[in-house]
This record gives sequence, structure tokens and C-alpha cells, in this order.
Amino acid sequence: MLELAIKGSKKYYGWLAVVLAVIGAGFVTYLWQYFTGLGITGLSRDVSWGFYVAQLTFLVGVAAAAVMVVLPYYLHDYKAFGRITILAEFLAIPSVLMCLLFVLVDLGQPMRMLNVIFYPTPNSVLFWDMIVLNGYLLLNLVIGWNVLEAERHGVHYPHWVKPLIYISIPWAVSIHTVTAFLYAGLPGRGFWLTAIMAPRFLSSAFAAGPSLLILLCLLIRRISNFDPGREQIQSLAKIVTYAIILNVFFFLCEVFTVFYSQIPEHMDHFKYLFVGYHGHGALIPWMWTAMGLMVFAIIMLVIPSVRRNEATLAIACIAIFIGTWIDKGLGLISAGFIPNPLHEVTEYIPTVPEIIITLGVYGIGALVLTVLYKMAISIKEGEASA
Amino acid sequence: MKKGRRNFLKIAGISALGLGAKPVLDVFASSEEDAVVEAPAEPRIMRGPNAMTAPQWAMVIDTRKIESHSDVEPMIEACHKIHNVPEMPDKKHEIKWIWETEFKHAFPNLAGEYMSKRVEHLGLPVLCNHCENPPCVRVCPTKATFRNSQGIVMMDYHRCIGCRFCMAACPYGSRSFNFFDPKPHIEEENKKFPTRMRGVVEKCNFCAERLAVGRKPACVEASNGIMAFGDLHDPRSEVREIIDSNYTIRRKQNLGTRPAVYYII
Repeated sequence: MLELAIKGSKKYYGWLAVVLAVIGAGFVTYLWQYFTGLGITGLSRDVSWGFYVAQLTFLVGVAAAAVMVVLPYYLHDYKAFGRITILAEFLAIPSVLMCLLFVLVDLGQPMRMLNVIFYPTPNSVLFWDMIVLNGYLLLNLVIGWNVLEAERHGVHYPHWVKPLIYISIPWAVSIHTVTAFLYAGLPGRGFWLTAIMAPRFLSSAFAAGPSLLILLCLLIRRISNFDPGREQIQSLAKIVTYAIILNVFFFLCEVFTVFYSQIPEHMDHFKYLFVGYHGHGALIPWMWTAMGLMVFAIIMLVIPSVRRNEATLAIACIAIFIGTWIDKGLGLISAGFIPNPLHEVTEYIPTVPEIIITLGVYGIGALVLTVLYKMAISIKEGEASA
Repeated sequence: MKKGRRNFLKIAGISALGLGAKPVLDVFASSEEDAVVEAPAEPRIMRGPNAMTAPQWAMVIDTRKIESHSDVEPMIEACHKIHNVPEMPDKKHEIKWIWETEFKHAFPNLAGEYMSKRVEHLGLPVLCNHCENPPCVRVCPTKATFRNSQGIVMMDYHRCIGCRFCMAACPYGSRSFNFFDPKPHIEEENKKFPTRMRGVVEKCNFCAERLAVGRKPACVEASNGIMAFGDLHDPRSEVREIIDSNYTIRRKQNLGTRPAVYYII
């Protein structure tokens, strides 16, 4: 099927060239980081995780788009989604791949990465995160590939794929849960020490992932001869609406507990994010923007006419995607370290090399997504014309 | 065919000879065990004749004896010198095994608006607490950080992948990461202790290498009696005598990490 990805228009090749250039820039910058050390990033002794780990956290959420389509289709027999399951699964693959790459670029000694397998340590959540992320990548690759291959030949996919599809549904939940547990079980970090962390991860994932999928569907309709379908997009929009409302609700639950209890170790991080802490507040404008975007999106999406209009729906989806990205990809990780366990403040701002490496990883994700979508759409277009 | 058979016999013969010779060689080796050091199949860690051991090492820091910065400085210097702790130019990349901080930072949950002036302005030493229930060990995905048989939380710098999960887990900020190669920033290298490379985490090791040859930790030796060190489980040890007769506190006891560094304020 890969041969379908190398037959394309000039525009297609132009896009690939742009993506490859971004990957190249990211790779060269990564070599610099590899040979000099993580000191070229904005990370510090106090804020020891930053942009890379935050992107991992956010992209785990994007991968969830798959389950929000697979579950209604396979468990509720919602036929309409049959048309776009492959798009959802093929979105999960580059998302999880990027997650793994963000772990890799964050390691101080990446050559020793396999020590996680050589010395398996079940009491470490990172060990389980490795298992669930790799497992989810493999599941989606095997399922998506086989289902598409069968579709291409006009036959039913092999029977052994069905159990894998069922397994992939709870497995999708596990990638968020385990990734949330990376943070939620640490005794000295009041910001993350909350049982609502995993539910928040799930709700923001089910908002951000399907939002991106809606945008991709709209884009595919515009640039190809395959129409993912109006009903499909509208059903996704309802999922996004519920998920983003839940996400803001869970956040407000957290805000209540933290500020009504008045426990400083839990409050200080929120203060840092939203109003500033002892004169420090690099993220204040970002966080209010994120909250504003999410509330704005909720208002838009609950109005049926706005949701049904695909142009305004697209705006709401962009707002949700950016809002959840700021929330998870910018605020959630560094704020856990500010103030530090000794109640000192070291702020964190990603450096230019750090951002270029990050864009490089996103470039790899875009490349894989493009290739996979090209294959899938070529086959879908062939069906339509046949 | 014939040639094949002859070759087979030859190889079989040589193999038989080899198998037969092995026990002979073994006997030879064992008879000379004292003279020849044979590499054992499994590496064994031998205890030195003067080694000090305890099921749980602990430290008591009597801050009443601290009068000024110059009382704490020698402890930091002694430690950082022998352990090749670099002096990084950027504070963000600082490496520190033991350092001086104010009460409100060491005990953020105990400090208040109104408190004894002495305690408020006190500079007290903080270091890894060698917790009996260490969160850093719980989260390490490679067992590069582990609790040894003497209750010391150790680091294997060669196994560490630099994921920094332990730094997120430690509630005391006791861990440092080598953001750059530390070697150019070591003033005078102590050849008896390894230097680290970039990309790994490091921290205080309770001077495990000194205990192995019967010497107390360097900071304790340099502390002029401010620090006491000993076996927590032995009621007659120096630390237990102090703990049993004084009111001591530990950092963030409420987190259940069971730190092994006690403070008298």
C-alpha cells in the first residue's frame, strides 16, 4: 500500500518537502543537544521537565481521537463512523509516535534507553507508560493497516483483527490514565497530586483529538475527492462538545478543592499560573487565553446552529485545540515545578533550539500522518470512482 | 563422504579432549586459589576489613550549634571537593549534594510569620534524606537509583538514562542533573572518586565510599560536632542517643517518606 503514498501532485510533493525541511532543522538541532547536553534547553535544576514532556502529555490526548470513533462504530454499531475509522486510527499512529519521540529527545542519555527493558521495573510508572504507548502504536498500526488493505481489495478484514479492535478501546483509556499517573502519584508536587488528573486527561483528550479530526476531515474534503461526510463531522462535534464541557467542569472541581481548602502547597501553583506568585507569572496571559478559548468554544458549540455550520464549527475546533494545547502543552508540566519543593521560584521558558527540536518532532508526525492519509484517501477515492 | 567422516572424527576428538581437560584445569585453578585471583562468574562485592555497616544509617544535625555561615561552609566544601561536584556557571544547571538554606525553605510547612529570630535567620544544611521509603527509587524506570542494604539511596551513574523522573519525585529538591559535561567545571579532580558525564542525575551518597573504609561522611567530619552520624537501629549509637533525648524533626514528615536526616532546631 505504501506505493500509493509516492504518487501525488506537485502540491503534495511541495508539502512533503516543507515537512522534510522542518524535520531536517529539528534533527540538526537535536544533534547539537545530543552532543552538548540538555543545557541548551530552558530546563533547570528546579524545572527539570518542560516543553518536551508537555508535548508528550498533550499528544497522548490527540491519539484518543481513535477511540472516540472506534467505540461508537464497533460497540454501538454506529455505521456512519465506518467511513472515518481509518482516519481516526491513522491519526493515532503519528500522535503516539511523536509521544515516544518526545520521551527520546528528553532523555539525558538516549543511548541507554533500552535499560528500561533490560532492567524492567514494574514499580515505575514510566515503565508502564512505555508499554501502553508502544502497545497502542502497534495496535493501531496493525488494525488500521489490515482493515484498509482489506477495504482496498473489497474483502472483509481477517477475523483475528476483531479482538485487537476490542482491546484497543480500553487500551486507549490506559494511555491517558498511565500518563496521568506519571504525575499524579508524586508526594511532593501539590499541583499534580490529585485523583482528578486522569479524568482531566481523558476529557481534554476526547476534546482535542476529535477536534483535530474534524479539522482534518474538513481539509480532506477540500483537497481530495473523498468526503468524510457531514453526519460524521456532526457526530464528532457532539463528542467534542460534551468532552470540552467535562474538561472545564473537571478543572473547576480542582479549582474548588484547591481554593476552598486553602492548602498552600496546592494553591501556589494555581496562583503562579493565573495571578502570579511572588512577582513571577510568565504564563498568566497564556493560561487566561486557554480558559477564554475553551469557554468561547463551549458557548459556540452548545448553540445548535453554530455547531451545525461547518465554518463556525471549525473555528470552535481550532479554539479547543489551541486552548487544550496551552493547558497541557505549556501550563501543566512546568507549573508542577513552580514553586519548587523548597518554595523557591525558578521560571521556565523554552529556548529557540528546544522549540526547533519540538517542531522537528511535530514534522515527523506530520510526515507520517500525510503518508498514512494519502494511502487511505487514495483507496477511498478509488472506491468512490469505481 | 570419507573426508567428511574423517573431519567429523577429528573435531569430535578435539572436543572430547577439551571436555576432558576442563576439570583438570579447574582443579589446577582451585589449588592455586590463594595466589591467583580468578575472575568469578558473578562479581562479588567484598567488604573491607574496616568497613562500617548498619541496617539504616542516619544523621542528626544540631542547628543550635550553628552560629554563622562559616559553620556550614566547611561541610559543603568537604563534600563537594571529594565528590568532584562541579561549579556550574549558570545557577539553573547547578549541581549540589549539600547546601545551605533558610528554615522557611527547608521546612516550608513549619515556617510562620512570627518565629524565633535565631531560627528565622538560621542557615541550615540540607542534603538527600536517604528516606526509608524513597519516592525517587519508586519511580526510577531502570533501578539506576536504589536503596542499598544499609539504607543509603544510591545512584548508578552508568545505568541512569537521564529521564529525571526521580527529580520530579523527590520532595526535597535533593537531586541535580548534569545539563552539560561537568568535567571542565571541576576545580581540582579527586581521582579516587568518579566524575560524572552529561545527561545523568546525581546526589549525596551519604559517603558510602568512605563508610566502606571505616570513615564517617566528609560533612560530618568537617562539621565540628554539628552533625552526628550512626546506626538508627542501634539504641546505643550516637544518633539514637541524641534522638532519644532531644526533640527532633524531619523534613516533610507528613509525606510518609521517612527521612533519615533529623534536625534539632
